[in-house]
Amino acid sequence: MSIYSDAKYTDVPLEKKQELFDEVKADMRYDHQLYGCYECGICVAACPSARFYDFSPRVFAQVMAREDVDTFYELLNDSVWDCSQCFSCTRCPRQNNPGGIITIMREVAVNHGMQSAKDALKAYSRIIYKIMSTGTQVAPDMLQPDFFPDWGPDVKQVSDNLDVWRRCVPPETMHTTELAWDVSEKTRLELYMIWKLTGNLEMIEKIDEGIFMILEEVMEELLEENGYDIDDYENLLEEEEDE
Amino acid sequence: MQQTLAKKEFTPPQVSSREFKRDNLPPTDDYREQLFELEKAGELEVQRVPEPYVELETKYGRKKKIPHQMTWHHKSCGQCGHIPGYSTSIFWINRKLGFEYHDPRDQTSCTAWNYYASSTSNSAAQAGIAVRNFSQAKIDGYFPVIHCGTSYGHYKETREQLLHYPVLRRQVRKIMDRLKMPFVFPEEIVHYSEWVHAMRDRIAELQVLDLSKVTVTVHPACHYHKLVVEDAVYDRDLFDGQRTAIISGLVDALGAKVGDYSTWHDCCGFGFRHILVSRDFSRSFATTRKIERMKEEVNPDVTLTHDTGCVTTLDKSQFAAQAHKKNVGIPVMSDAQFAALAMGAHPYIVCQLHWHGVDMKPLLEKMGIDHKKAWEEFEVQAERIKAGEIEYISWKEADA
Repeated sequence: MSIYSDAKYTDVPLEKKQELFDEVKADMRYDHQLYGCYECGICVAACPSARFYDFSPRVFAQVMAREDVDTFYELLNDSVWDCSQCFSCTRCPRQNNPGGIITIMREVAVNHGMQSAKDALKAYSRIIYKIMSTGTQVAPDMLQPDFFPDWGPDVKQVSDNLDVWRRCVPPETMHTTELAWDVSEKTRLELYMIWKLTGNLEMIEKIDEGIFMILEEVMEELLEENGYDIDDYENLLEEEEDE
Repeated sequence: MQQTLAKKEFTPPQVSSREFKRDNLPPTDDYREQLFELEKAGELEVQRVPEPYVELETKYGRKKKIPHQMTWHHKSCGQCGHIPGYSTSIFWINRKLGFEYHDPRDQTSCTAWNYYASSTSNSAAQAGIAVRNFSQAKIDGYFPVIHCGTSYGHYKETREQLLHYPVLRRQVRKIMDRLKMPFVFPEEIVHYSEWVHAMRDRIAELQVLDLSKVTVTVHPACHYHKLVVEDAVYDRDLFDGQRTAIISGLVDALGAKVGDYSTWHDCCGFGFRHILVSRDFSRSFATTRKIERMKEEVNPDVTLTHDTGCVTTLDKSQFAAQAHKKNVGIPVMSDAQFAALAMGAHPYIVCQLHWHGVDMKPLLEKMGIDHKKAWEEFEVQAERIKAGEIEYISWKEADA
């Protein structure tokens, strides 16, 4: 039973929660993220998210150490997305890394295509497409006043003058507007192969099928044009499991 | 009867009233020995720091090698996309110092902004991306130096994982074999703020502006000094080695004043996912915990940092906060931009300050820079591009 009186996922079978919990624990990094907890609260004091959300890195450390799978499932569906991933919590005197536990938990949530992960990443999907297809996450043309109204009138000024202002930057690699810098096509393809070889496209398919389909179509056409046989780049992590 | 409480005025602690005492050095492993062991076993190739190099002290005393030149400029998507003056200033300083560097196209970002925002990746992919970039640097014949705090922190995490987990090394080996590239890892993972710190005296020798009236606050990136802490640079002469020395050391060398404030250790509020889709959090944290504290306790002319997320969050969050009558209005830039300005770099053609949100003019005036004239010069070049007279501003114009 969860520590929360208003637990939202009481109808989810315990077996399902246990399966996801075991998956987090099975990650090779897990043993180096959690060494027990003094309940001293240093991690909470240092945590930026704890100041603005109902969020506590200490709860993560405690719940995982107690193997409380019900509360784990509540955190996995909610609080896990509030973390800032700044790792201020690594000031822990027990050398715990609650932020690191959260990285693993998020990975498991995404791998299972959980609805809460889809909701958390809904507005973020176009960024995933950008980084996976180009290797640069933030492009100059993202500076649109509609998207960043709270950043003030300078954003409009940048947006209105973008092409010329980018050519006013002396390094030739940075005269781009759709990419942060001019990434060579060969390098973009190598990056895509890494995503393929490590099963990341399957992950994206589970979280946003639309983005996955566009990504696959655009990149695999580019691979074919450049003479690569896409069948040579199947998920090698699955191969390892089979071995 | 309700009593009216007298309003207490907050008096922040002053730097001079704080004592920084360094404890004995805790023992830490030198990860380089482990890298060399793996190299001996034929598992990977270690790229050595090219000579000449400067040795800087790290948190627990290990000496870290920082190369002078032959640097492979590992770019950052956030900085190159939205803060182009950071990279440009680094190149400009290199050129002024007469150093050789390489600005590669065969480089992807570390992709860690996405990883920390969405976890839509895994250890094998992240390590594969790191090693692909490092291998390309080795193939190009240059040593990678990084100007994003998150790339730097993530690569250090990746190094720890590669050293600890044979299964990850095996996976990366398979990836690199498929890409037909060698498995290379650098002897040191170096951030540009460390390079600037190592070069600070040479930078100061070329200084043309008097900065003695300029007060600076420093925000160190979390991923610089909180991830794999033993690899960040410290100096016993700065805060008695209790706080990382980068940026503060440069400001000191340039004769400006470093102002201390009580939330120095706090994050900027970037949050990776938050800055893009939940900015109310980032804005609140950046203004309430960082900018307002700096204003109240130091009232600096500028705050300097060394990372994509920190420059963006601290700078851009201040506009909307004005609507709530927050005590904001501190210009934000990187240490490299500040160093370049001190050396006489053009504020708009080199440092590209027009991409930043907070008004820089009062700071530039205090630094003795004629910003009106500088903007006119920038506009002349922009007009030449618009008229088709030149395709882009070249280094010739920037170096002039």
